[in-house]
Amino acid sequence: MTQPTANCPNCGAKIVFRWSSSVQTVCEYCKSILVRTDIDLKKVGQVADLPPNSSPIQIGTEGIYNRQAFMAVGRIIYEYELGTWNEWHLVLNNGSAWLSDAQDEYVVTFAAPGRKLPAECRVGQHYTWDNETYTVTTITKAHYRGVEGELPFQYWDKQDVVFVDLMSTNGKFATVDYSDDTPVLYLGQSVEFEELKLKNLRSFQGWS
Amino acid sequence: MSTSGPNPPGTPQVKALNCPGCGAAITLRSFSQAVTVVCDHCHSILDAQDPQLTILQKFKAAVGEDAPLIPLGTRGTIRGTPYEAVGFQRRTIHVDGMPYSWREYVLFNPFKGFRYLTEYNGHWNDTSILRSLPTVNDNMSPATVTYLGETYRLFQSTKAGTSFVLGEFPWQVRVGEASDVSDYIHPPRVISSERNGNEITWSMGEYMAGRDVWKAFRLPGNPPDAIGVYENQPSPLSADTTALWLAFVGFLVALVVMFIAFESFARNERVFQGFYSFNTNVRGEASFVTEAFALKGRTSDLELTTTSDVNNNWIYLNYALINQDTGQAYDFGREVSYYRGYDSDGSWTEGGHTDRVAIPSVPPGNYYLRVEPESDFGHGTIAYAISAKRDVPQASYFGIALLALLVPAGLITWRSLSFEHLRWAESDYAPAGSGDEDSDNAGRPTGLGIFGKGSDS
Repeated sequence: MTQPTANCPNCGAKIVFRWSSSVQTVCEYCKSILVRTDIDLKKVGQVADLPPNSSPIQIGTEGIYNRQAFMAVGRIIYEYELGTWNEWHLVLNNGSAWLSDAQDEYVVTFAAPGRKLPAECRVGQHYTWDNETYTVTTITKAHYRGVEGELPFQYWDKQDVVFVDLMSTNGKFATVDYSDDTPVLYLGQSVEFEELKLKNLRSFQGWS
Repeated sequence: MSTSGPNPPGTPQVKALNCPGCGAAITLRSFSQAVTVVCDHCHSILDAQDPQLTILQKFKAAVGEDAPLIPLGTRGTIRGTPYEAVGFQRRTIHVDGMPYSWREYVLFNPFKGFRYLTEYNGHWNDTSILRSLPTVNDNMSPATVTYLGETYRLFQSTKAGTSFVLGEFPWQVRVGEASDVSDYIHPPRVISSERNGNEITWSMGEYMAGRDVWKAFRLPGNPPDAIGVYENQPSPLSADTTALWLAFVGFLVALVVMFIAFESFARNERVFQGFYSFNTNVRGEASFVTEAFALKGRTSDLELTTTSDVNNNWIYLNYALINQDTGQAYDFGREVSYYRGYDSDGSWTEGGHTDRVAIPSVPPGNYYLRVEPESDFGHGTIAYAISAKRDVPQASYFGIALLALLVPAGLITWRSLSFEHLRWAESDYAPAGSGDEDSDNAGRPTGLGIFGKGSDS
């Protein structure tokens, strides 16, 4: 796969896209948020330092989900009342997915457009998508705390976002992202750490 | 991070911080996953997500009021994964004004996250957050939940408060806060729900023996003795005795089939009969030998029947069954006695006119009997008959076999029922006829004080 390359319009550093469909990336050097206007880059903002975060995943971590290899190429760190969690942008052969890591609880989801979504949800309500019934378990108000790496959309200055998390009785997981005018549904499932067969993880002092 | 270069691969370390309350060193063992951390010197509950460690709450506690049995910072291995004990809380419920407490340990692994151990009266549970929702059947009485095809029965619902904390927690912990906890059991597992507002966190615990906890964390000494029967403690005897009784029925059928087979295939053949009389008025040697008789076929039993017309009298016969060819002898004695009379209760009799005995496993061959009768001197002549039958099915053997099957099955069932009785005696939802209705309810739920991510409050 040829990786599109360009130079950061802010500092001139070389920018390599790991994923050819990336829309946005963050310059590793100057933290400028860059948007592709194929293949020229436009600086649209700058990120603050990422908050301390101990996700064992990092940009470049590889793994396997449903017999498909993936690589983490970007992430969004969300902050909510009780801390932060990560949404890692995964690139697979045929598209992208999200690996959510909230206190080392892992969930893989894929965008599921075209389903009917409620205008708003309450905890305990049931919804059925793709013949699977989900129950609303948590509603989380959060905001962007930082971005890193490549993302499939332009994203840099969103304020408060609302996520509705739903679970099924057999490990399936759904999230409705109410940050835009049109809510976006993501469907997937909880995964065990071992199942993902992750490589190139961060290391933790004193832990192997 | 400066703009000087790319992020180096992070290597989070145990952070050294200071308590804003007393200045004591605070160690963050679960890196930035901790939401709250407790200063173990001044018992300030601190916001671990805040670099300044803002004090969220201070609670009064004598230092070391409740020392964790697993000291914080201890590493152990659970299901092959290393975990470090990072947090400890005591949770308390009140029943009729009496406090009952259990203890929860927060375990952490930087890759696999959090896991919990709970302990009550020496009973331990290895607990994790559920990643699927159980199905609640609250139209049942008592309510049940179904999870992965198994049904868990409601054991206890109660309000549990946090009464002591130490170390780190992945949720916002406060001393004095209470939540509604329900335990549903399917020994050795328990599913607990913990309600915080309208959000419910589900967790599953699996019973763990104290010695296994001690082994996992290589703790010195011995674990505290387990007191009583715990709600999801597996019965040392299978709580489900159905399999036992199915096996019993299986063996019973086999036994009946064997019995019928022995009945129908037994030769049940008379091989000897003789009629004799014994004159008790004559002293001296009365022994004699019978004519020889052949025992054919396979090795089997020989049933010897002694009949006598004794009346308020007895006759005792010393027998020897002797193999003519090998000289092997089977010695035994039999008695026939019969008494009757009349008293205030009416007429009575004792004994009988016939005695039967089976000599087991007699090989084929030519045999004769040596017989020596005895009785009281001077009671006239006693007539008696001896007959022998070859290969007679013995119902008593089957009776013994039946008893050998029934006794352990019955005993195990009884002990298992008493174990279940002790278990349910502690429940608010004891099945009818098990456990007393107004039990002292030394309730022992295991729900974790875990409040889910996020809240719209």
